[in-house]
Amino acid sequence: MSSMNMIQAINSAHAVMMEKDPKVVVFGEDVGYFGGVFRATEGLQAKFGINRCFDAPISEGGIVAAAIGMGAYGLRPLIEIQFADYIYPAFDQLTSEAARLRYRSGGEFTAPLTVRTPYGGGIFGGQTHSQSPEALFTHVVGLKVVVPSTPYDAKGLLISSVEDDDPVIFLEPKRLYTGPFEGHSTDGVKTWAGHPAGEVPDGHYNVPLGKANIVREGNAMTVLCYGTMVHVALAATRETGIDAEVVDLRSLVPLDAETIIASVNKTGRCLVVHEATYTSGFGAELAAIVQQECFYNLEAPIDRVCGWDTPYPHVFEWQYFPGPDRVGAAMKKMMEA
Amino acid sequence: MTKPVSKAKPAPAPVAGHNAVPLKLRVPEPKARPGQPADFSHMTFPAAGATRRPDVSSKSDDMRDLAYGLVRVLDESGTAVGPWAPKIDPEVMKRGLRVMMMCRVYDDRMYRAQRQGKTSFYMKGTGEEAVTAAAALALDDSDMLFPAYRQPGLLFVRNWPMLDMMNQIYSNAGDRLKGRQLPVMYSAKDAGFFSISGNLATQFAQAVGWAMASAISGDTRICATWIGDGSTAEGDFHHALTFASVYKAPVILNITNNQWAISSFQGIAGGGEAPFAARGIGYGLPSLRIDGNDFLAVYAATQWAAERARTNQGATLIEHFTYRMEGHSTSDDPSRYRAADERQKWPLGDPIERLKQHLIKLGHWSEKEHVQQQEDLEKEVKDTQRQAEAIGTLQSGEKPHPSTMFEDVYKEPDQRLRKQRQQFGF
Repeated sequence: MSSMNMIQAINSAHAVMMEKDPKVVVFGEDVGYFGGVFRATEGLQAKFGINRCFDAPISEGGIVAAAIGMGAYGLRPLIEIQFADYIYPAFDQLTSEAARLRYRSGGEFTAPLTVRTPYGGGIFGGQTHSQSPEALFTHVVGLKVVVPSTPYDAKGLLISSVEDDDPVIFLEPKRLYTGPFEGHSTDGVKTWAGHPAGEVPDGHYNVPLGKANIVREGNAMTVLCYGTMVHVALAATRETGIDAEVVDLRSLVPLDAETIIASVNKTGRCLVVHEATYTSGFGAELAAIVQQECFYNLEAPIDRVCGWDTPYPHVFEWQYFPGPDRVGAAMKKMMEA
Repeated sequence: MTKPVSKAKPAPAPVAGHNAVPLKLRVPEPKARPGQPADFSHMTFPAAGATRRPDVSSKSDDMRDLAYGLVRVLDESGTAVGPWAPKIDPEVMKRGLRVMMMCRVYDDRMYRAQRQGKTSFYMKGTGEEAVTAAAALALDDSDMLFPAYRQPGLLFVRNWPMLDMMNQIYSNAGDRLKGRQLPVMYSAKDAGFFSISGNLATQFAQAVGWAMASAISGDTRICATWIGDGSTAEGDFHHALTFASVYKAPVILNITNNQWAISSFQGIAGGGEAPFAARGIGYGLPSLRIDGNDFLAVYAATQWAAERARTNQGATLIEHFTYRMEGHSTSDDPSRYRAADERQKWPLGDPIERLKQHLIKLGHWSEKEHVQQQEDLEKEVKDTQRQAEAIGTLQSGEKPHPSTMFEDVYKEPDQRLRKQRQQFGF
């Protein structure tokens, strides 16, 4: 057991899997010698050799395509797209190829790749380093979509993703890399040191895909969230004093609908929080499921707090970011309903 | 309220040196359209045997001319000439002839089956048979193939059962792909034949990834892939060349330049100003342009590229100059966009006729044997078709079970898929 931040936990997951399975290869822009712009792959090339961890051209389509070919060969590529905002050139390879290879070949060929990519705002990254594109991928059948919220989950979920035989989009909340962030822009930087989920086993362990985590039990309402917003929701719960049940989904596909439904049936209220834009966001899917499965137990309309339907504006970072004030206001309104 | 639109101002008087001439957009046009005689007079080719054959270890910088040349082995009289003439067993040539003839018979039967309403779609490869057959014969059977969609010959060379292919065409109960794919989008892992996508060009960069994996694993197998002239304009083509060059991947990158991408001629894809092969030069890849209707040229070029790949000298780009004799697919009518007599006037002939002539000239083949083989193949294809249709066609007979629709989305169906399958009735 060691104290790790999320980057160190992700790095450790790489090392554990590269050690365990010689078929795991790691590549992406700047990931080799340098160890990645966020240092997630630091030391891996030195430890495992240049054929196991190497730099790739600035060619996201090429990176994913090469990973698909390697997967067809029998390797298990674990690749990095430097920012989720850069993933779109690879969209065809992900959605038409990786996602459908098993289906279209009748199970002959598979794409057991894991695509790691940092997403989300709160770092003054402007509209090209802040996006949350998860719903583009949850809509694509054949892909799995995973979002951790702590170092412990990040390592366990990443190991499960690499071991999964289907393609996984692994979205890393970059604002949480170095510490939990509750969404108050004026707060000083917290670190993961001392946080219970910053204590991470050094070896191999799994956090299974498709199993949500109730991070705070409560009876007044259910808040569905993932990634950075888990910490924002916890802060809003504390600040409003509302006895909310905060559910960290951890993976969007597969989705732990059972836990969601049980929670909302218990509390009778449901707020969905995500950083991605509102319209056609994953929150709409969650709201539809809750409406259908929990309708007769609902005491108030389901609500969503999301990023505004605009590109991520650099100067208005904190007006855009759905922080605890906006989440808290929605929670209070829901309790008044 | 909208503002009133201000009146357009007159164009300012031209300033010397600044766009004095009105700019014009050039949209490339082919030499001939329907109603006009086909015109290939702008295509000039070096004589058979004239293009040099560098040693496989030559630097790519020292062979740039090959991208602008045309490797040709069979001359007009059917004689193999020049440095590229391969040492090839006549039995391999006879096998190649048989595979090419089989492709054509198979194409004709399956095309007709579509016209009879037995399936939804078909694509013929008429005229391009050598590109596929010769390459597959020059490779080892264990080498991996990432094909495009006009290449049944790859499977024939590897003795893949034709019945399996027809079951795919008919999406019947015998289709291993469970009726999920458009006809001709085969997958045959045991034959080293990657699942055909239908989204053009995606396989090109994937093939490079497969080759990189082979190199990472210290394997000895190499990889070959094919792309059309039209889809070289996709980003995947350039991703593939970049990765192949950077990592010296053991892969053969083939461009089948059949002159047409549905209705747009190769000038629209970018072949008007420089050969497609020349695109490899910028990536430092040895790049050959070859006569794709010349079985021996394809065989020799593939052998040359394979030797480079097998000896860790990296990838080769090969442009096969050929001609799509038929429409793009059963959904296409080429008489609406190209000259009617192009096929007759195509200057590089018919690959089957040319290899046949060569074999006859060598004394290994005869007209009589050729006619007999044609009859045998027609019977074989017809018999196999009967077997396939006994299982079913798209319109009749036994189909894959509908519940299989929900399989293979993931290794295991997740909760929503299980639920939807139940809603569907299974």
